[in-house]
Parts: sequence; C-alpha cells; structure tokens
Amino acid sequence: MALISKEDASPTGRDEQFQIRIRGIQKTFGGIHHVLRGIDLDIARGKINTVIGGSGQGKSVLMKHLMGLLKPDAGQILVDGEDVVPLDDFQLNRVRRKFGMLFQYSALFDSLTVEENVAFALKEHTKKSRDEIREIVVKRLASVGLKNIEKKYPAEISGGMRKRVGLARALVLEPEILLYDEPTTGLDPIATKNVDDMIRDISQQTGVTSVVISHDMASTFRISDRISMLRDGIICESGVPDEILESSDEIVREFIETSGAVRMKGAS
Amino acid sequence: MSAEREAVPNSEAGGPEPSQGSGQLWSRVVLMNEKLWKHPASVVETVGDHMLLLGRSMFWLAKPPFRITVMLEAMEFIGVQSLMIVSLIGTFVGMVFALQLTSALRQFGTESFVGATLGIALTRELAPVFTSIVVAARAGAGIATELGSMRITEQIDALATMAVNPIQYLVTPRIVAAIIMVPLLTMIFNLVAMLGGYGVAVGLLNVDRGAFVENARWVVDSKDMIQGVVKATIFGGALSLISCYQGFNASGGAKGVGIGTTRAVVGSFVSILVLDYFLTDIILTLQKR
Repeated sequence: MALISKEDASPTGRDEQFQIRIRGIQKTFGGIHHVLRGIDLDIARGKINTVIGGSGQGKSVLMKHLMGLLKPDAGQILVDGEDVVPLDDFQLNRVRRKFGMLFQYSALFDSLTVEENVAFALKEHTKKSRDEIREIVVKRLASVGLKNIEKKYPAEISGGMRKRVGLARALVLEPEILLYDEPTTGLDPIATKNVDDMIRDISQQTGVTSVVISHDMASTFRISDRISMLRDGIICESGVPDEILESSDEIVREFIETSGAVRMKGAS
Repeated sequence: MSAEREAVPNSEAGGPEPSQGSGQLWSRVVLMNEKLWKHPASVVETVGDHMLLLGRSMFWLAKPPFRITVMLEAMEFIGVQSLMIVSLIGTFVGMVFALQLTSALRQFGTESFVGATLGIALTRELAPVFTSIVVAARAGAGIATELGSMRITEQIDALATMAVNPIQYLVTPRIVAAIIMVPLLTMIFNLVAMLGGYGVAVGLLNVDRGAFVENARWVVDSKDMIQGVVKATIFGGALSLISCYQGFNASGGAKGVGIGTTRAVVGSFVSILVLDYFLTDIILTLQKR
C-alpha cells in the first residue's frame, strides 16, 4: 500500500472511518532481526480492532510504535491524520494524551498504592484538587468492579485485580484510543471472560477506539469488531470476524483452529 | 586429519591460488581490525550514550512541569539517607588517618602537623572520593536497581504512555539531587573526619591540641575546600548519570537488573577515581597560574 501524501497526513485530515492508519512500517533490531517488514493496517474509529499472531511475531513491537515508544525504520503512523513518526518527545506527549494503555502485566508502579497509580495521570495533567481526584479514582475503580482497595499496593492484590487497576489507570483521562497488550494473558477463564466483558462494555459506553493485541482466540472472537493477523512482519489477513473465519489462508486457518476455541467456516 | 584435509586442495592446485590467499589474508586483517577496535569503539559508544542521556536530562530540566516533590524525594534518598553511613565512615577514616599520621610524623618530631596534613588530605581528596564512593555504593546501586526493575516490568513505558517523559521524571531529578547532595555530604564528611582525627590524635595519642587546631587552620584554606566541593559535584553528577543509565537500559529480567546494578557500582567507582586524577591535575595547574 502506498504512503499517504503530506496533504492528507495532517491533523486536519481527520478520517471519520479510521482513527489510526499505518503504512509500510518496518523495524529491525540490531541490524539483522527484521521484526516488522512493512505493516499496512487501518484501525477503525470506535471499534475493537484486534491484532492476532504467534509469539515473537512483533505484535507488542507494533503496539509500541503506535504510542511512539519505538521509532520505525521506515513508514508512517497517522493518528487522526497526523504522522507521529517524525515527532520529538515533547510533541509526542501531546499525541500520547489521546491514548491509554493496558500492559500485558499491568505495569503498575509498585512503589505507589492503587489509588496513587490511578491518580497519577490526573495529578500530572490536570489541576484538580485532591478531593476531586480521590472521587474520580474511586469512581474509576468502581467502574472496573473494584472497591476498598485504594490503599493497597500492587503486590498485595491478585493478577486479575492488577489488570483492572491497570485498566482504571488507562481510562482515568478518558482517552480516545485504548491499547490492550495481551489483556487476558495469565488469567483464569472466569477472569478472562470478565476482562473481555469489560473491554466490550468500555467500548460500547465510551465509544473509545480499542486496539487489542492477543493470541487468545476465544477472547478475540468474543470481543472483536475487526481482526488482523500479523505473520512474518506483515499483516497477512484483515477483516471482520466472519471474514477471518472464512479465510482461505492455510496458516490463518491452522492458527485459529489449533486454538480449539473457534471453528473455521468450511472446515471439515 | 584436518592437516591432511587442508593439504589436499593445495597439492591438487599446486599451492594456494594468489587471489584466494590474498582474500583470506584480507579477511583476517578485517577480523583482527574488528577485534582490535571492538572494545575502544564500545567504550566511545557508551561514553557517547551517557553524554546523550546527560544532555537530554538537562534539556528536560528546563521544561515544565517542575516536579519539586520528586526532586526532594530524590534528595532525601541520595542525601539524607546516606548521612549516617557517610558520617560513620568519615569518623573512622579520620581516626585511622590520624593514627597513621601521628605514628609516622612522630618519628621526625613533627606530629604537630597531624591536623594540617589531615585537613589537606580530607578536603582535597579523601572527603570527596570517599563520600562519592559511599553514595555510589548505596544510592547509585539503589537507583540502578529501581530504574532497572521499572524498565523490565514496563513501568518506564507506562510513564511514557501517560504522556510523562521518563527522563524528565526519573533521571533529571536524580542527577540534580546527586549534584546538590554529594558536595553537602562531603562537607559533613570533612567535619566528622576532622573530629574523629582530633579525638584520636589529641585524645589518645597526646598530640598538642593547640598545634593540631592552629596548624590545620593555618594550612587548610578556602581553595582546598573549593577543590573538594568541585570534585564532589562532578563525582555526584557522574555516579548518578552512570547509575541512571544502567538502570534505564537494563534488559533481560532479574539477571539483567543485577548486571546493570553491578555495572553501575563498578563504573561509578572507576569513573570517580579516573576523574579524580584528571580533576586534580587541572585544578593544580589552574592554581599555579
């Protein structure tokens, strides 16, 4: 797919259908390890967009590029029409305000309490009083089903609860785009379903654009509006779940069927 | 067997082909050259990376928001929490130095200069070097471990995703705090070491009290103090920069954090002593002019 022209790649060139457009992203580590070989991907506004793929295929690397945590060797990443690749750290901070991110292992600040973790971005970016911040934190925690854990430290709560705290922290500034890096990794089936329900509920209630990185097929087909598969550094298949289930690509079919969670259409 | 195998193509071809031989020779030269330059090049690269981190942290120092609380917390960790160990070590360094000096100078009947010699040695060398080494071992290791753990658990990435620059939030306050606190700790080291030395020399070894104090006051002047403070400031900056760099660039799980911490402490010690020599040379040259 061709790169997007400068006229189209401007903050005013807002695309109503796609909030993030990725064109030709390439990334090599150490000069030899080609992780991304030219990613073309459109992230639909207000939908749950899931990127699936095997371990080590570069899903997390792709996600880190979206927020500018990594710089690509080549290509464009347009967020609301603005190419974020050439931006410096100072300019990137402005774009990052649009994002919230739930990390694979939550990445809560272990020296801060749950309340301080959720309040962190509010203290940094708003002029709200302590009482106002506390009120918002309690509400946010309640919205992800957590009560009376404000004073606990991350080490004192379970993995599922940490995920929810991470989600509350990601949501606290009401971002336009939410990134989920393997949100169900390490969770039991019930906790996995709870996290899935939360992702779905948040998407429906807030209209936020969600990008989920996952290799959990049951979860992916439960929540996704669009699914793209990353393989060998490129997006090899993309579409709504039904289109993916009808894919004729043998590797896509094998990847999904082997999970045992979903049955491909046309399978014998 | 391998010699036979190598000999076969040579005998068949009637000796090595000139182009093949020169090709092998060239690849050996390239390999040798790479090996020869590998370590110096990596040293230059590492120093360059440190300078870049220092530059970026100073750039972010001038940018809002100014997080006074974070800075005070770093000063408390590096300075206040190091106070006890610096005082303890300072006292014993002063005591043992006075013990050795009195014993040596008494042989020439010049033990009245114990205070002066101790004062010069402390203010110019011992206090800044010992204080910096203690801070590197305690606070530097702590910084490297903390930042390293944050790196491998993606907490540093989490900061960035919340539109908070990790260098501004984590590195800048620590470097500034060390630059402020290490010279202050050095002054405290001077004080307690002089008191320790006084106690041993005057209290235990019967050196004349007036000679100890007056000779020290006569010989040690503000230039010596400034020399020590300048060194401590630079050592503080170096040890915090190295510790932040190692923590910030940790990778490979718990083992990586351990390696980063070890490198931070060893790198700080080495750089303090190497810098000490060159700074002393520069300062003495400047004082002669």
